[in-house]
Amino acid sequence: MSAITRDEVAHLARLSRLALADEELDHFAAQLDVIIGAVARVAEVAADDIPPSSHALPITNVYRPDEVRPSLTPEQALSGAPAVEDGRFRVPRILGEEA
Amino acid sequence: MSLIHKSAADLGALIASGEVSAVEVAQAHLDRIAAVEPQVNAFLHVDAETTLEQARVVDARRAAGEDLGPLAGVPIAHKDVFTTKDMPTTAGSKILEGWRPPYDATVTRRLREAGLVILGKTNLDEFAMGSSTENSAYGTTHNPWDLSRIPGGSSGGSSAAVAAYEAPLSTGTDTGGSIRQPAAVTGIVGMKPTYGGSSRYGVIAFASSLDTPGPFARNVMDAALLHEAFSGHDVMDSTSVDAPVPSVVEAARNADVAGLRIGVVKEFGGDGYQPGVLARFHETVELLESMGAKVFEVSCPSFDVALPAYYLIAPSECSSNLARFDAMRYGLRVGDDGTRSAEEVMALTRAQGFGPEVKRRIILGTYALSSGYYDAYYGQAQKVRTLIARDFEAAFQQVDVLISPTTPTTAFAIGERADDPLAMYLADLCTIPANLAGNAAISVPCGLADEDGLPVGLQIMAPVLGDDRCYRVGAAVEKALEARWGGSLLSKAPAL
Repeated sequence: MSAITRDEVAHLARLSRLALADEELDHFAAQLDVIIGAVARVAEVAADDIPPSSHALPITNVYRPDEVRPSLTPEQALSGAPAVEDGRFRVPRILGEEA
Repeated sequence: MSLIHKSAADLGALIASGEVSAVEVAQAHLDRIAAVEPQVNAFLHVDAETTLEQARVVDARRAAGEDLGPLAGVPIAHKDVFTTKDMPTTAGSKILEGWRPPYDATVTRRLREAGLVILGKTNLDEFAMGSSTENSAYGTTHNPWDLSRIPGGSSGGSSAAVAAYEAPLSTGTDTGGSIRQPAAVTGIVGMKPTYGGSSRYGVIAFASSLDTPGPFARNVMDAALLHEAFSGHDVMDSTSVDAPVPSVVEAARNADVAGLRIGVVKEFGGDGYQPGVLARFHETVELLESMGAKVFEVSCPSFDVALPAYYLIAPSECSSNLARFDAMRYGLRVGDDGTRSAEEVMALTRAQGFGPEVKRRIILGTYALSSGYYDAYYGQAQKVRTLIARDFEAAFQQVDVLISPTTPTTAFAIGERADDPLAMYLADLCTIPANLAGNAAISVPCGLADEDGLPVGLQIMAPVLGDDRCYRVGAAVEKALEARWGGSLLSKAPAL
């Protein structure tokens, strides 16, 4: 049985905002099936009582003083934007036609 | 000896004494880059005028009597994930082609302040995902030892630039081995500092709980000097460690292993390892014993599942991190013709802007984090991560450092593993545990494999914040081996 189907890969691609071509989907589905089969080996480890680690170091809640510091100017912040209008990022429409 | 063959420490001293200018040193390296780049392709961006201007500033500061550090005027190449406000930063991806960051990474900024002169930006696997530099959107980099071979990855441009004498120093990032593996396969030194010991601010993120900036150099002392120059606490990185930088330069000078307890990791060796790699490794173990180290075999059973755990954790974090490439605020935008929605533009842009390995990892990470699979994959991988950290803790009760080959094989041929992701992932087999646990680890050259005459790396792993131990053992091995070889390993590389 395959670990992941082509339909699942297509669904994940949609969730990931990747407009994949059909050939790409075929290719990735086959490769991901092999990769998931291999990484599933983590399940062989008995770890029921083991706490998970999300991080290498025990650092939590790092704060800095709440003070005003220099930051990017609007021009700098917009300097790499694909499209700009009136000192703001110009983006494609975000609502559907029917909205 | 020409300027390009000198160590960074020697160049710094020559510039400090006024024997040569920073401009002369920069020009010598720019000439070398112009001569060998057609073969090596280590750089994505070189801008001679910007480089020479930085060098002129260092010479002027020196002339004005400013007290500059030991590396002032020494050239450096930055992996193209460190933001540079005067040079483009692409992460090896089409999605950032032509992007000019409005700010410097902390590593970039600190090295500028120390007077290092930036030669350019080096090639890498796209978003640092890979072990060969073949995943770059801008062509692969070639190993200076054999141009038909990979220079390692993801920091392959940085390793090749140093091995080809295009730069005496370079920076890299190590998420699963991306500094140590390229260093090993190009016969140079590469160090992954303790996680949080070097700032991630301004480093384009791949897997934030693992990404660690570090140095490449042609010898252990140069790596230590660079390590010290950019390390230390940074308020701009909330995972930065607020502790003194381990005294790595002093450790590199110490170079003594007498009485040190060294553990050989039992799990790393045997099937799947190239005989020439194991032969050089075992010789180095004997060498360490002959130098007065006490060698033990140490078992770290969970290291066997480090690779699968990593290939769940890293893609999970990358699928989240790379969501920022949304075609709205910077970088590529595709298909914005007035008829498409933002979401359609986003999906088209990401499909065109990302290469195959990045897409595979985004999908894999999205899968591992999705409800129904989370516990079995991401959750379980995080538990394995705890077990690996416990293996390290137990090992460091018995020994001061752990050693292993850095990679199971020498540099493989370009194209050999390009469309076989699992085979490619195996290159990181020995390097991943130190990333998952946050430990310090270094790779130093330990000889050439008999089968192919290519470099083999020795990995030295130390506890968290024990970076100095990596340098101490690395320098001792380097000193003894160079005495045996009659020079550096790199001096045996064929001329380009």
